[in-house]
Formats: sequence, structure tokens, C-alpha cells
Amino acid sequence: MGKKLLLGAEAIALGALDAGISGVYAYPGTPSTEITEYIQKNNADRETPVRSSWSANEKTAYEAAFGMSYAGKRSLVCMKHVGLNVAADAFINSAITGVNGGLVIAVADDPSMHSSQNEQDSRVYGKFAMVPVLEPSSQQDLYNATIEAFDLSESVQLPVLLRLTTRLAHSRAGVNRTTARIQNTLNAVYAPERFVLIPHHARQQYNLLLSIQKKLEILSEQSWLNRLIPGLGRNGVIAFGIAFNYVMETRQAFNLNFPVLQIGQYPLPRKLIATFFESCDTVLIAEEGYPVYEELLRGYLENGKVKGRLDGTLPRAGELNADIIAKGLGIEQKKVRQIPDIVVNRPPALCKGCGHRDLYEALNSVMGSFTEHHVFSDIGCYTLGALEPFNAIHTCIDMGASITMAKGAADAGLRPAVAVIGDSTFTHSGMTGLLDAINDRSPLTVIIADNDTTAMTGGQQSSATGSKLVEICRGLGVEEHHIRKIVPLKSQLEINMTVLRDEIIYDGVSVVIAQRECIETATRKKRNLAART
Amino acid sequence: MQTNIILAGVGGQGILSIAAVIDHAALQSGLIIRQTEVHGMSQRGGSVQSHLRISNREIYSDLIAEGTANLILSVEPHEALRYLPYLAPEGRVITSTNPFINIENYPAMDDILSELHRTNRPVLVNAAELALEAGHARTSNMVMLGAAAPYIDIAVEQLESAIEELFHIKGGDIVAINIKAFRKGQKLSQTQETEK
Ligand SMILES: Cc1ncc(C[n+]2csc(CCOP(=O)(O)OP(=O)(O)O)c2C)c(N)n1
Repeated sequence: MGKKLLLGAEAIALGALDAGISGVYAYPGTPSTEITEYIQKNNADRETPVRSSWSANEKTAYEAAFGMSYAGKRSLVCMKHVGLNVAADAFINSAITGVNGGLVIAVADDPSMHSSQNEQDSRVYGKFAMVPVLEPSSQQDLYNATIEAFDLSESVQLPVLLRLTTRLAHSRAGVNRTTARIQNTLNAVYAPERFVLIPHHARQQYNLLLSIQKKLEILSEQSWLNRLIPGLGRNGVIAFGIAFNYVMETRQAFNLNFPVLQIGQYPLPRKLIATFFESCDTVLIAEEGYPVYEELLRGYLENGKVKGRLDGTLPRAGELNADIIAKGLGIEQKKVRQIPDIVVNRPPALCKGCGHRDLYEALNSVMGSFTEHHVFSDIGCYTLGALEPFNAIHTCIDMGASITMAKGAADAGLRPAVAVIGDSTFTHSGMTGLLDAINDRSPLTVIIADNDTTAMTGGQQSSATGSKLVEICRGLGVEEHHIRKIVPLKSQLEINMTVLRDEIIYDGVSVVIAQRECIETATRKKRNLAART
Repeated sequence: MQTNIILAGVGGQGILSIAAVIDHAALQSGLIIRQTEVHGMSQRGGSVQSHLRISNREIYSDLIAEGTANLILSVEPHEALRYLPYLAPEGRVITSTNPFINIENYPAMDDILSELHRTNRPVLVNAAELALEAGHARTSNMVMLGAAAPYIDIAVEQLESAIEELFHIKGGDIVAINIKAFRKGQKLSQTQETEK
């Protein structure tokens, strides 16, 4: 078998397939989306297909994966870093019960926030939950580590967190495959003393989790993901995850041979670290993400050896690269060309012909007549309405927050209170907020921008669109005649403005669903059809 | 041997097809590859780039270090300038001269060209025109790949067979016009090179 050219995300997918998973559960999110998409595309010809369609959100995904593990089978669950905030309750508690079939959670962090609201570091969650964390540095290592993560999960009976960052998720390299393993058979166990987390059981399970921490540390000492690259001199580098690549790149480019300790499995291998520290006068800590372990290794009172993000040797925020590492190592900076002054930014924008444009045009015209014209919004393509020329929305915090923030503002007395949310975001975590508003009779207008897909992340299937959305709103208790449908098209501008104005003025809960298919997915469908005929 | 290429363009212009062809050809040639992509928000009409590295020895970093790119291969002239800090002193810029204007403050074309001419013997290609000559406006990527081919350490036959591989599902005609586009680009850059 020749090498396959895979994105890091795809290497995880293939690793999971070859590890014999029975299901993948995920909600899309850059840079994690391609893991699940790869499995969806490479599933049809399998003898036993892997369950792989999208979940409503990261929490439902995690819990379903956990249920599959309870039933004895292997499951993979994938999300972007902020997705783990949503799934955190399930994740943390599943470490207390432990797992049955192997359960691996692949979380893709986005340092430098290429496509995210923050650059939180998922390793903190791993530490918080006290489970093993793997952080390989190459596509091949990702593939191998994914397979091992399932074995590890089953041997220690814990979920294993596989952390990667944007550059590795979205970079291709040749990957060699090993042999595929068959899926586990159904093997659900009755173990209420583990899985019913009443305090009495939880205390016991928690003690068990605490007692195996030493064992996890020993496994880290033995792991191939943690290894010493011997060198000369007493100035060493501890390189975590993908930072290893940048450190080795610098070492190669400048013909240096300082010692490097590569870390790719946590909890930290205490002995390896101690020995390395012993042999060095200074240690540069290169971590992609937060200075999580730098802080630990530095110690509250400082031991005088450690350099890194906290003392300015490396920048405190943002992703690393070989240039930053070279600078941190004191290598003289070469002179490079500058970006010419005439170069201007080219920010992302709503596509030409996108329905969100027409929605915002109508909404802006209506909101213009109010003194208070706040629009609470959410995360998706429609967030681009915050930019020129629309400047139509005024908040975007986390998925679902548009409705709940509008509700709180309405409760405070703000009139009108308007929320704009996408179809996928609505089913992800907008529905419960709408229920709150109804129960509380908070006057607000929710505009669901229904483009029939999860557009921002590339057009994945959305959990509920079209008439399903109407039914959901009705079911939650929105009055029938205050669930309105509009078609965001230029030709409909006048009527859309009328509907929006009427519902925004209405002193109760109303929903306006703006329905028009995403121009990207529509064009793609057309093109595929043309290619087939 | 090691070649570092920055691929540049605007989301939706299809720089990833160029990357896919080079990747495939490099893999067939037994080389080691690292190639980054941009997914997510920036794809919506924003600047996109791909770092493509091929080598016959281990590559550690997925990202190209500043001042070490042998080529900046851009399908848009303004975008080519954005990545100049990556260009090695002797590195070359190969770019389409067809502007993609989706911003209001797009710089004057003359200024862009004069900045491009400050680099080391830039290869400037009217890709849109050559693509139309080849048979379809959408083949301008392959024109640009052809223009870059003389500067990439991969046999032309390998690149052409990778184009075939990439487009064969779309039918023989599509393969043929893409190969034609590739050859037009290649010829143009060879002519420019001998003229200089
Ligand atoms: C908790 C969380 N999960 C995932 C994401 C990634 N994400 C951002 S927007 C979005 C999809 C939005 O889809 P939709 O609401 O339908 O809007 P559209 O992009 O189609 O306009 C996703 C998955 C995120 N930012 N936060």
C-alpha cells in the first residue's frame, strides 16, 4: 500500500476507521470538520458501515459517542475547541464513570483564531478531567496515535483526548497505513455503581480516577510520543505537540544541535522532564496554545531556568512558527522583504447572491427607524453582517447567545429586542433559549436565517430547516400567527420589511424565518448535476 | 533538494487544485510533502494561502519560514505581494495579472505592477486570456501551474499525469483543455525566461 496524502484531520479519520470504530459523532467546526467528512466519504464501501451523520451539537455528539462506548463499541467524537465548552459537562463526568468501548475525543484548537472567537487550549480540559491527552506532531503520528488512543482508552477505561491545532489539521502529508482492525461486538455491561453518578458512587469513582493518575504518568514515561532528541550544550528545549516541528525546523535550518525533549502525551512524564531539567541550565518551553505547562514547570516562585511565553521569550498569544522559535533561541533575524505599503486587507465577505445580504438590507431599513436598534446575533456566515457595508449586528459571543441575550436585554426593558440566528445554530443551542423567552413572555423577535445548510463550515447537513423549524417554534409555544416566513430576495424587499416591522413592533415572542438556500450549496448542486448528465 | 512554494489567491479561486496537482506529482516522484490549506471563514472571498513544501529529506514544519520561499505562485496580482516577506532573496514571483476586485480600496494596478517588478525577474501571466484560448475560463489555475512548472523540481510528465488524475472524473475533454492550459502557461514562462 502506497502513501496516502492526508490532511492531519483526515489522518485521524483514517486512524479511527482502522482502529475499528463503529461510530463518529460530531458537530462541524473549523478546523475539526474534515475528520467527520472524511469518514462520511469513505464509508460506503465498508463491510460494516460506521455511523457518521452530523449531531445537533457537541454535547449530544459526545453523549451519543459515550453511549456507543457503554454498549462496548469504539467511537470517535470530534469538535473544535469551543465545542468542548458545550460538551464539557459530559466530558468531565465521563472521566468519572470511565468508558467501556474505546472512546476518543478529537479536539482541534485554533491558536491565532483563524476561524474562531478565542484560542483556548484544550489541554487544560484534559488536565481538568484527568484523562490522558495525546498531542502528536505530524500527520503520520496522528494516524498512529489515533489507533493507539483507542487501545489506551480501553486499557485504562478512560476517554482519551486527542488534541491538534489548525496547522496540523489543515496540512497534508503522506501517511502510511497499517492494517485495519474489525469493530468490537456489542458488549453492554450492567455497572450502575460506575454509571449512576449518585454521590456515593461518584466519590468511589472519583477516588479510582485519582488512584490511576500515577499509572497514566508511567504510561507517558513509556510513550513513543515523549522522547529525547539528544544534543550538545546545556540550553535545551521542551517542545510540545506541533511546536516540535518548528523547533526541529530551526535546528535543521541553522545547523544547531541543542537537546530537545518532545512531548506528545500527558500527564507529563515526570522522570523524563526531571532528567532533562537536570541536564540543562536553561529550558525554552515551546507550547502551541496557552503556556499551560510552562507555568507549571516555572513554578510559582520561579526556578530561574525556564523561558517561554510568560517572560516574553516567545509571544504570549498566537500560533508559533519556525521564525518565532528562531527568535526565541536568540538566532539573529535575517532581513526579509516587507509587505509593500499599497497592500490592503481582503477580509472575508458574504458571497454575491447570498440571501443573508437581502435579509440584512431589509432588517437595516426597518431597524433604522428605531432609536434603540440593537441586533443580537450569533455564529455563522451571517456574522459577516457585522462588517461593512451592513454593520447590521452588534453581538456574537457563542452559539445560541443571540436569543438568550436578546431575552435578557428585553427583560431589562430594551425595545425592540431582536435576535438573528442561523438554522444550524438555532438547533445547536437556540431552541432552549426560545423556550425560556416564551415561558417568561419576554418580548423579542427571533429571525432565523435559514439557508438550508451549515454554510460557514462548508455546507454540512443542518439538523432542522424549512418546515421543521416552523414545527419546532410552534412546539415550543410561539403563537402560530407570529411565526412568519419570508424569502430574502431583492424583489421581496418591501414585503419583507413589512413583515419584519410588524413582528418587531409586536410586544411578545415572534419568529421570522428567512428561507432561501445558500448560494454556495445551490451552485455546487447544479454543477454536480451538470457533471453527471 | 527542497522547494518551498507559497500559493496565493482569493477564497474560491481554486488554489487548492494547483496544490493537489503538485502534491500528487510529488508523491508519485517519491518526494516528501507538506502542504497547508485554509478552511473556514477566510474561504468566503478573503485572502487565502497555502504553504507547499516538497523535499527529498524530512520536512519538519508545515509552515514556510520567512525569507525561504523559492516561489510565490499567485492567481491574483495583489495577493502575490502580501506574502513577499516569505520570498527567499533569489526567489521568484509567478503571478496572474488578472485582478480580483471584491474590495473597495483595491490598489491601482500600476502600483501593483511596479511592486511586482521590484522582485527578482517576476513571471507575469495574463492567465485569463490563455485559459480562454485553451478552451475554458476556469482553467486559469492550470495556466498558472504551467507557468510555474519550469521552477518546480518535478518532471513535467509527472505534473501532466497528475492533472489527468485530478480531472479524469470530469471527462476526457476537461482533461484535454486543462493540459492545454498547462502547456500554454509553461510556454509563456519559458519565452519570458529566454527574453530576459
Ligand atoms: C460551539 C461551537 N461549535 C461550532 C462552531 C463552528 N461554527 C461556527 S458557525 C457554524 C455554523 C453555522 O451554521 P448556520 O447557523 O446554519 O449559519 P450559516 O453559516 O449557514 O449562515 C459552526 C458550525 C462554533 N463556533 N462554536
